[in-house]
Amino acid sequence: MSLLTLDNVTLRFGGLTAVDALSFSVEPGEVFAIVGPNGAGKSTVFNLISRFYDPASGSIRLENDDLLAHESSDIANLGIARTFQNIELFEHATVLQNLLVGRHRHRRSTMLSELFFLPSVRRAEIENREKVEEIIDFLDLQPHRDKMIAGLPYGVRKVVEVARALATGPRLLLLDEPASGLSVEETSDMRWWIEDIRRQMGITVLMVEHDMGLVSGVSDRVLAMADGARLALGTPEEVQSHPAVIEAYLGRAS
Amino acid sequence: MRIVFKTSYLQDIRPWKDGYQLSLYLILLACALAAPLLLDDFYLGELTNVLIWAIAGMGLMVLTGHTGQASLGHAAFLAIGCYANIILLEQGLPFLLAFPLAGLITGVLGVIIAIPALRMHGIYLAIATLALSVLMDDIIVLSEPLTGGVAGKFAPPVRVFGIEIDRWGTPRAFYWLVLAVVVIVTLGYINLLRAPLGRSFIAVRDSEVSAQAMGVHIARTKVMSFFLSCAVTGLAGALMGLFAGAFNNETFSVVISILLLMMIVIGGLGSIHGAFFGAIVIGFLPQFLSISKEWVGALIGGNTVAIPGLETGVFGLILIFFVLFEPMGIYGRWLKIRTWFELFPFYRRDMFKRQKSYLKTERLR
Repeated sequence: MSLLTLDNVTLRFGGLTAVDALSFSVEPGEVFAIVGPNGAGKSTVFNLISRFYDPASGSIRLENDDLLAHESSDIANLGIARTFQNIELFEHATVLQNLLVGRHRHRRSTMLSELFFLPSVRRAEIENREKVEEIIDFLDLQPHRDKMIAGLPYGVRKVVEVARALATGPRLLLLDEPASGLSVEETSDMRWWIEDIRRQMGITVLMVEHDMGLVSGVSDRVLAMADGARLALGTPEEVQSHPAVIEAYLGRAS
Repeated sequence: MRIVFKTSYLQDIRPWKDGYQLSLYLILLACALAAPLLLDDFYLGELTNVLIWAIAGMGLMVLTGHTGQASLGHAAFLAIGCYANIILLEQGLPFLLAFPLAGLITGVLGVIIAIPALRMHGIYLAIATLALSVLMDDIIVLSEPLTGGVAGKFAPPVRVFGIEIDRWGTPRAFYWLVLAVVVIVTLGYINLLRAPLGRSFIAVRDSEVSAQAMGVHIARTKVMSFFLSCAVTGLAGALMGLFAGAFNNETFSVVISILLLMMIVIGGLGSIHGAFFGAIVIGFLPQFLSISKEWVGALIGGNTVAIPGLETGVFGLILIFFVLFEPMGIYGRWLKIRTWFELFPFYRRDMFKRQKSYLKTERLR
């Protein structure tokens, strides 16, 4: 069964149809990329899955679970984690604290037990730190562990966002332009990490990305979008050579 | 610079960095405990006042400094805590029961007020809470049978474990009572900040969108923050009532609300230290001004002249100075000075300069 299924999803902002009867499904264990020109509605699809927007029609399902029946703060609990295009970290907290917020969905303690920091809270905190430390190790964030986000360079912030999403322990990871603004070297690091996330951690990845080198390097299937609708779906090679995709990017040859 | 090698998670979870830091705080606590033996009654009273303000400051700090919700209405919660405590005492409840109950009542009322305020941000929330502060005056006058109206109420002496505690009769016992509350509230606050709930407060402050994506329920988290903030402010209000001895509808005016917000800004938003530093400034400044006025008067050989509005003016100047030159408050300045000494001679001027934050994801609502 598909892990994530979007079926005929439409979203309108006033007169603008941001997403137009879009259908696609993501299979477990694959890396699925969404490409398209600016304003094609790629990030909007992510915001729909995160339940920041309510679609006008259509359905979004995680396996058999109807996502539209859940609040946006429940989505992490279902095992979907995400990053943001314009980094949304907790600026005035350390890298470690940011990752620990990622563990929030595993919180079992009550306010009262936390105010007294009972042994149960202490045990849960140690467990959280063990999990977070694995991710810090995985993404080589050790030198930045106790630094404030506000003082970190852009490239590191991008990695911290991925780390925080991984800290939630997701089944499905949504990466919104993981390589935008990264140097060539950082982009190739990101590429290995995405492959390791899929292979070692067994997490399905859905990403929006403009860097076609990265997209064709890691993804199994690519969805090309323009004006909120589907242009082409297939392997990276098929999509790149699809006439409609070339037209959307380059225009029609006259 | 002292470098601490951490070898276990417990070492990272505990509130103090190393034995040196712990011993510093223990010495500070010992000094605070011994203060009544060293100070005369006047200065002990002033110190008690500062500690009560620090509790109120911690109350507001949870909400404004850590959850990012500005409130100009916290004088109203001081009032609720104060009246609740005295009314429960008058009903014959022992202090040890009435005092925490007063905090609980204030917290619950805070939540009831917070629910409609949840959808408001920044300046709108500040204005809504300011309105609450203005309304509180009238509410107290209107509910005269309960609150004594304009005539006000008097605080009775309280008994704790058979010891009578009164601000004027036994100032030392009253100081220790306040100190005990300060210690308990501070420890609770420290625990909160190293637990998931405190981190979710910070998450809501810094980015609601991504907090939500991490599974933090925004409304529920804000309600919790309002509850804790108002409860602690209520405790401070109860102590303020006992400290003042007499109070009426004008005791907890809008000015107190503004003073409280100013206090945590001057002290340093987002740190427990900030509440204490701010309380020291707010608590001691009036005394400092009147002493220096006498001194200046003696120097120029004239009588001391009353300058109307001097106190407010100086407060305003200090606030402007901090907002312009040290937005991180006294605590931020303290961190810089400490780092300068620790790294001497390698401190760089721009060490604490933060990069401009990158473009934020457009707000979704």
